[in-house]
Amino acid sequence: MLLQAIAFYVFAAVVIASAAMVVVSRNPVYSVLFLILAFFNAAALFVLIGAEFIAMILVIVYVGAVAVLFLFVVMMLDINMTRLKEGFLDYLPIGALIGAALLAEILFGIGVWGSGSSETVRAFNQAGIPPATVENTRAIGQVLYTQYFYLFQVSGLVLLLAMIGAIVLTLRSRPGVRRQRVADQLYRPKEEAITVVKVPSREGV
Amino acid sequence: MIDTVVLFLTTHWLGQAILILLQCLAVTVPLLVAVAYMTYVDRKVWASIQLRRGPNVVGPFGLLQPFADGLKLVLKETIVPSSANSVLFVIAPMLAFMTALVAWAVVPFADGWVIADINVGILYLFAISSLGVYGIIIAGWASNSKYAFLGALRSAAQMVSYEVSIGFVLITVLLCTGSLNLSKVVLAQSGWFWNWFWLPLLPMFVIFFISALAETNRTPFDLPMSEAELVAGFHTEYSAMTFGLFFLGEYANMILLSALGAVLFLGGWHSPVPYAPFTLVPGVIWFALKIAFLLFIFSWTKGTLPRYRYDQLMRLGWKVFLPVSLGWVVLTAAVLQFGGWLPKP
Repeated sequence: MLLQAIAFYVFAAVVIASAAMVVVSRNPVYSVLFLILAFFNAAALFVLIGAEFIAMILVIVYVGAVAVLFLFVVMMLDINMTRLKEGFLDYLPIGALIGAALLAEILFGIGVWGSGSSETVRAFNQAGIPPATVENTRAIGQVLYTQYFYLFQVSGLVLLLAMIGAIVLTLRSRPGVRRQRVADQLYRPKEEAITVVKVPSREGV
Repeated sequence: MIDTVVLFLTTHWLGQAILILLQCLAVTVPLLVAVAYMTYVDRKVWASIQLRRGPNVVGPFGLLQPFADGLKLVLKETIVPSSANSVLFVIAPMLAFMTALVAWAVVPFADGWVIADINVGILYLFAISSLGVYGIIIAGWASNSKYAFLGALRSAAQMVSYEVSIGFVLITVLLCTGSLNLSKVVLAQSGWFWNWFWLPLLPMFVIFFISALAETNRTPFDLPMSEAELVAGFHTEYSAMTFGLFFLGEYANMILLSALGAVLFLGGWHSPVPYAPFTLVPGVIWFALKIAFLLFIFSWTKGTLPRYRYDQLMRLGWKVFLPVSLGWVVLTAAVLQFGGWLPKP
């Protein structure tokens, strides 16, 4: 138990420190790398409370995909951080306001969570799963595809919409591009593609 | 005497820590020897394909060649370019090597022979393999060189693209086993060798293997290090052991993906024929043989195929593998559901 407590405080401290470094550090690439560290330690915290499925998904989705794209963009752009930092004081009130709102929401959520049985617990009870005995991948699956099926579908549609939107925004057909059409190449008949030349001996072509 | 040692190792907290350390060593040391000899076998296989002899000077049949190479890398000078970001430059190869090693914690070598028998083994492997790209991308950026950077960008794009189809392959296998635990995946494939998943999921096995080639940056997908365009890709600026760590990490990754292929599709530690004398052979030997078989195909491909062009590589990943694997997931799910073959929880 002591070991778990030590692990918790180490991971939590690293999360907070690296989250602060994301904001403070001069180099944007460092910021993204610290963000990755924060994600990673948050995943470790999830493992500590026994939510190993969420932890792995956090690493796969955020560290493995989202942060890679961040890193890509930040490395490709030549961002001058000193110029970005110039308006720091102007934006401070708005930033502080948003931060305070998020903090209040989290505190509110925790307060509600503590009082009485929540929606999730009710859902688990309805599905007949005692929460502690089932491995949590299976437990999530059992409520996600029954109780929350429509919400799950809707969130899928939201993602699909975002994907289509991104494609529509970036898709443009430029004239004069010589694109490789694999189907055309494969449908080319043999007569068109190769000529067999009988080379006379000692004379060459 | 032995009883007290066993008691100490299993109950006392210090003993448990020592036990875990010993387990890690028991996996890592053979793995590193395997990596060393994989380089040797690789070179011998290519040599045979090209009608050469391969390394045959150091030691009998050149068997000490990997150690000579390793010694050379250790003794050389580590050069950090003056305009490089020195901290990240040094961290990158460590990261690349480390991610290749930590994944082995969940691989079951035989029945019960696994360091961490966790419930989400497949997801853990997938998560770790998606971390591998960071070593490369950080190396490319920290080197502050255009060749290294281009190589790193190519490599990152390639690994991210092919990870998607590997993910779908993993989902198909887990549909068939009903568990994310790698030991249970192997146990679901017991019996004759046609019960292993390579036969019912043959297209996924092929996609998995080709994606594994792309994941490990091997020919025909070794664009990140295509020497004709990019000198040596993301490790252009690396020398001595910092390069050595990338090299070891790459081979360790290759062995890891072969092991994963053996676990997911070739029945892990099971013998191909479920009767004596085949079942008398320890499971770990069958597992090693299956890994060796997949690794031989890795070398064989490298000796045979030319390199892909970059747009062809991306086309294959996104326009061919992604739809096919997605379709196969749906097909497998439908067959399992309506055929009544869903695995029991």
